Amino acid sequence: MNSVLLFTIISLSLLGLVAALILYFFAQKFKVYEDPRIDQVEDALPGANCGGCGFPGCRNFAEACVKAETFDDLNCPVGGNEVMVTVSGILGKEAGETDPLVAVIRCNGSFENRPRTNVYDGAQNCTIVHNLYTGDTDCPFGCLGHGECVDACNFEAMYMDEKTGLPVIIDENCVACGACVEACPRDIIELRKRNKKDRKIFVSCINEDKGGIAKKYCSVACTGCTKCFKVCDYDAITMGNNLAFIDSEKCKLCRKCVVVCPTNAIHEINFPPRRVKEEEKVEETEGAEEISGKKTTN
Amino acid sequence: MLKTFPRGGVHPAENKFSAGNKIIRMTLPKIVTIPLAQHLGVPAEALVNHGDMVKTGQTIGASKGFVSSNIHSSVTGKVIKVDKFLDSSGYKKAAVSIEVTEDEWLPEIDRSSDLKKEIIIDGEEIIKKTLESGIVGMGGATFPSHVKMSVPRGKKAELVILNGVECEPFLTSDHRLMLEKGEEILVGLRLIMKALGVTKGMVGIENNKKDAIDHFTQLSKQYPGIEVFALKVKYPQGGEKQLIKALTGREVPSGGLPIDVGAVVHNVGTAFAVYEAVQKNKPLIERVVTVSGKMVSSPSNLLTRIGTPVNLLIETSGGIPEGTGKIINGGPMMGKALDSVDVPVMKGTSGILLIPDKESRRKKIDPCIRCSKCITVCPMGLEPYLLMTLTEKEKFDRLEDEKVMDCIECGSCSYTCPANRPLLDYIRLGKFNVGQIIRNRK
Repeated sequence: MNSVLLFTIISLSLLGLVAALILYFFAQKFKVYEDPRIDQVEDALPGANCGGCGFPGCRNFAEACVKAETFDDLNCPVGGNEVMVTVSGILGKEAGETDPLVAVIRCNGSFENRPRTNVYDGAQNCTIVHNLYTGDTDCPFGCLGHGECVDACNFEAMYMDEKTGLPVIIDENCVACGACVEACPRDIIELRKRNKKDRKIFVSCINEDKGGIAKKYCSVACTGCTKCFKVCDYDAITMGNNLAFIDSEKCKLCRKCVVVCPTNAIHEINFPPRRVKEEEKVEETEGAEEISGKKTTN
Repeated sequence: MLKTFPRGGVHPAENKFSAGNKIIRMTLPKIVTIPLAQHLGVPAEALVNHGDMVKTGQTIGASKGFVSSNIHSSVTGKVIKVDKFLDSSGYKKAAVSIEVTEDEWLPEIDRSSDLKKEIIIDGEEIIKKTLESGIVGMGGATFPSHVKMSVPRGKKAELVILNGVECEPFLTSDHRLMLEKGEEILVGLRLIMKALGVTKGMVGIENNKKDAIDHFTQLSKQYPGIEVFALKVKYPQGGEKQLIKALTGREVPSGGLPIDVGAVVHNVGTAFAVYEAVQKNKPLIERVVTVSGKMVSSPSNLLTRIGTPVNLLIETSGGIPEGTGKIINGGPMMGKALDSVDVPVMKGTSGILLIPDKESRRKKIDPCIRCSKCITVCPMGLEPYLLMTLTEKEKFDRLEDEKVMDCIECGSCSYTCPANRPLLDYIRLGKFNVGQIIRNRK
């Protein structure tokens, strides 16, 4: 009885040992050398595999980082500067500072501002509607409201506001990976500089039609009146295609443009309410406050 | 046994209310809007400016490139705007707006209704004339006809098939044209045959148009080489691949063109336009449009100038009936809903349908129950449920392998789906994405 047990233990151990030796031999023979730094860099990355850096996943980005000579074109938008500094520390290279970005929705065509002119009851998908026609409003540029951007977001940074029919971005969660920008068939979403306290000023309209036409189907459309362009002291505003565009790099957040906009197309977000100084500006300022107040609650 | 295509197909209610009504000439509108992109391919380039006086038949848009077409003024008057106008594509596109003053045609156009049978010019000139006259496929796809008449090197055309199927419910414009302009259509067919250098012509007509079949059989006796066939009523027999299969038994290979099996298919409306262009010097400036619907008081077939606003056609047919939910440009199966009645009639507008609200709404979408009805009815032998799922999951490589590009967008799958799934909507999206991927690869 004992000898059977002993024999079994010894023979199985020997078998295991032989197998281990074979495995060890082949593991050494066919070893693929991988830079150990790739693993280190990957550990430092957020691991979201969101594709915001332009690579399919975090590992591919880590490989690119190790291979790259400079970090000029490499940036992890999710981790931001912090992660890039860690990565550059591992690799002993210098990382350039990049400003953190945040996505903004450049359309304010809510049910109230932009009347619905027809009913669409087909497949609920923005690209399908975009390929078909202007959508259930007459604006051929604005948000279609079927939420393809929200579906694309992996960070729970977006939701559809049922009252307005527009997507809303939750600033705290947004990592600027650009998935929503890619998903939107109308290129409404833009990545802009994330300023101090998430303050931002932008033109919330991308309608390229002439002012009169745009105004007809949306009360908050940018009409291209150039008032903001004239009032800007920092050359941050450019005009083109009947639209004003505020360069977030040049904008000093002075809020002058917000006040002069006749259609309230320029939004200021996360600013403290302004003090009313001049009496003639009372009316306009109130309008602006309303917008900033509404958006801050998001 | 009547001929038909073997695979798939559906038979929706025919509803051909206007089949017995003669073609009526529409009164001239006050303003026409003539889009510069009325055909597949590159849009034409405007040749006129604001304030110019134009005459009926004058070229106002020049074709740009091989797959493109000329655009002609359908009225005499003053150009009031060259700008972007809403058309039946759903977007604003470049168009010429003309204020009508009188009805003076270019002198070289023969406006008489005499039949001109003798073909005096040669094949190349016929193709040239077709290009100059801006003729495109009148069945709805609006593919420039001169391209179809020029056989690519290494290929050989053996026969011309004339498409008088009109398988879409409601539409009767081709039917009426065949009855009233039968002889002209056959001369048009002979012109196309001459341009392609073939001696064999076939006309396919569905069996719900018995009067047209009899009329054509009678007429074709004078023309050797032209045969008329009655076809079993089945949608989408008007698709060129289905028609070729039904008439000749040949199958166009996946990704191929009808010319790969030696056939060229033209619509009867196109043949009539070719006749008018070659024999009468008349460019494509008007077409027959069916205005119909279950509640329309007088369904009609209207000979309409290109650029006439759609609301004028509806008015002529008794106005928009109460309870109309949708107005469709084209047939109910493949047509597209209009979001405005101010859009102009274009070269490809075969019908304007007014659908009651109740029928126009989509029903609640349920989950797929794997009944495989969509596969049974697909005339191209595809698996629509799979194509939709793959599009939703964005698996475009697999989608290409599943031959999504072979889809002819006939809508039989969506029509037959018991779960009301928007199959075609997603397949179109898949085709759009795969098409982009293929283009980028080149």
